[in-house]
Amino acid sequence: MNTDLRIRLGPAELPNPVVTAAGCAGAGRELARFFDISTIGAVTTKSVMLEPHAGRPAPRMAETPSGMLSTTGMQGPGVDVFLQRDLPWLLSRGGRAIVSIAGTGMGEFGELARRVSEADGVSAIEVNLACPDPADPGGRYFVDDPASAAAVVSTVRSHARSDVPVLAKLSADVPDVVELATACVEARADGLSMINTVRGMAIDTRTLRPAVAGGIGGLSGPAIRPLAVGCVYRVHEALPDVPIVGMGGVRTGEDAVEFMAAGASAVAVGTTNFSDPSACARVLRQFTEALESRGVERAVDLVGAAHRSGVGA
Amino acid sequence: MSDNGPVQIRCPVLNVRRVDAYYAITVVAPGVAERFRSGQFVTVGVGGDHSSTLLRRPFAIHDVKPDYGGTVEFLFAVRGTGTAWLSERRSRDLLDVVGPLGRPFPLPRDPVNCVLVGGGSGSAPLFPLAQALRRRGCRVDFVLGAASSDRVFSAITARRVAETAVFTTDDGSFGTRGQVTDVLGRVIEEARSDAVYACGPMPMLRAVTAVAGEHGVPVQVSVEETMACGTGICMTCVIPVVGEDGVTRMVRSCVDGPVFRGERVRFDDVGSIPFDALGAPGWKGSKAARAAESARDIA
Repeated sequence: MNTDLRIRLGPAELPNPVVTAAGCAGAGRELARFFDISTIGAVTTKSVMLEPHAGRPAPRMAETPSGMLSTTGMQGPGVDVFLQRDLPWLLSRGGRAIVSIAGTGMGEFGELARRVSEADGVSAIEVNLACPDPADPGGRYFVDDPASAAAVVSTVRSHARSDVPVLAKLSADVPDVVELATACVEARADGLSMINTVRGMAIDTRTLRPAVAGGIGGLSGPAIRPLAVGCVYRVHEALPDVPIVGMGGVRTGEDAVEFMAAGASAVAVGTTNFSDPSACARVLRQFTEALESRGVERAVDLVGAAHRSGVGA
Repeated sequence: MSDNGPVQIRCPVLNVRRVDAYYAITVVAPGVAERFRSGQFVTVGVGGDHSSTLLRRPFAIHDVKPDYGGTVEFLFAVRGTGTAWLSERRSRDLLDVVGPLGRPFPLPRDPVNCVLVGGGSGSAPLFPLAQALRRRGCRVDFVLGAASSDRVFSAITARRVAETAVFTTDDGSFGTRGQVTDVLGRVIEEARSDAVYACGPMPMLRAVTAVAGEHGVPVQVSVEETMACGTGICMTCVIPVVGEDGVTRMVRSCVDGPVFRGERVRFDDVGSIPFDALGAPGWKGSKAARAAESARDIA
């Protein structure tokens, strides 16, 4: 059987739904030593900022049950280097790029959106809304307030080339993810990526100090998968026409099936890339086999299937 | 590049043995063995495919042999659930191994005198290095230190491979009481060493770099940072290192290292972001520094 794996994220078509999660695959170059990067749907690149950033002090990582806490502070070389070195490399290998952008304010988000979308070959822009809002007295992230998140999305949408879709990266650490999603879509997001890492902490009981610098880290991995699937389900229920890139602890092809059944059009592999560098290729193979074994001819037919089969007794 | 790059394979365990306070596992891994150069490491998945312990454990490669098409041996001490699980592996069990990873020790072109300094299990990568140096006609001297006698590693092998081998223990239970740096200066002078190679904990590497500097001898250090991926994508193993252009960058121990020139590592600033590091808060890089950045190769 020749399964049709193609999916759409607004105006962008990807050959299959398996992509990488931002910050979990660099710009594809390191993982390309383990599998052909052109075979997966797209590489979502590590969030790029306008300027170089050295990131946060160590320790940046702690292993937790079925997950990890991390706090890298968006270390990266800045957009100049990204556009001159990293993006051309990915495209030269036949890879597709969803470029994650992170700004310190509206001006930066606008400039990043303009410059990234003007580069040839960018499939989509993902807006990292987990950046501190300089206008917020409490130092909250844009994503913590639907109005602030919507303002960023609107800025990015108005500065980006109109044929490049804009995806808003949502967090589950909010009172109402559907309200946040709706605000971003009303601000003309073409799609939604969810979920980002969840704020968490681990304490070293020997030293009685937090295990990562700064105390709070982002929890990722299979530990957050049910939370992520729940968010995708609720948002797809409220906004069935908006494409979603689902992520949070995807480890196998069956996990990808789960996210798509909840309403995702594409599925991102994140932390699992750290533990298994060929995970994306494996998940794609397993996902393809899972569709074949179920007799599903088109991947898009799976999107939202759990809504149609009812929520059970 | 890709031919020398790492591979990911399921490797049968050949044997697991106790070596003093450590465990040594040998796996049949021809793809890793044939690509290996001394100083490189492997990462090993722990707990099986459905384990709640997600992250791979990095281990320096201690030995590579041509048996069964190529075997690789690594050593470890049981420190937590992952290493405890590994210590319970038996022959024919399969391990998920990725490697060889990281930049190897650079080898001198000429047959010079090299002193190899190891602390605890950090001594492991120095043994294949000693063999590689000997094949080039280099003189090799060992200085190996540990907390106690059962943590000094492969003393017999060290004596066999090296011209001289000096041992130190914190408790004086074996060799000289004290630290490797208490004897290193003397060894450098007596052996007329031209180069120092060191692997072990960060404070030891810092002290070894200082001693080598006092004697005007170049030093290569192999760092043992905690890392989530080992392949260069997680950005959790970064340390501040001065580049050839004089600019400090937060570089990844796994792919930019684990071997660095000792004097380029900013040991005093490990764990922090130096104010003058590229991209540090308030950093204002010159145009030249930015241009250099895009020309730099990655991984």
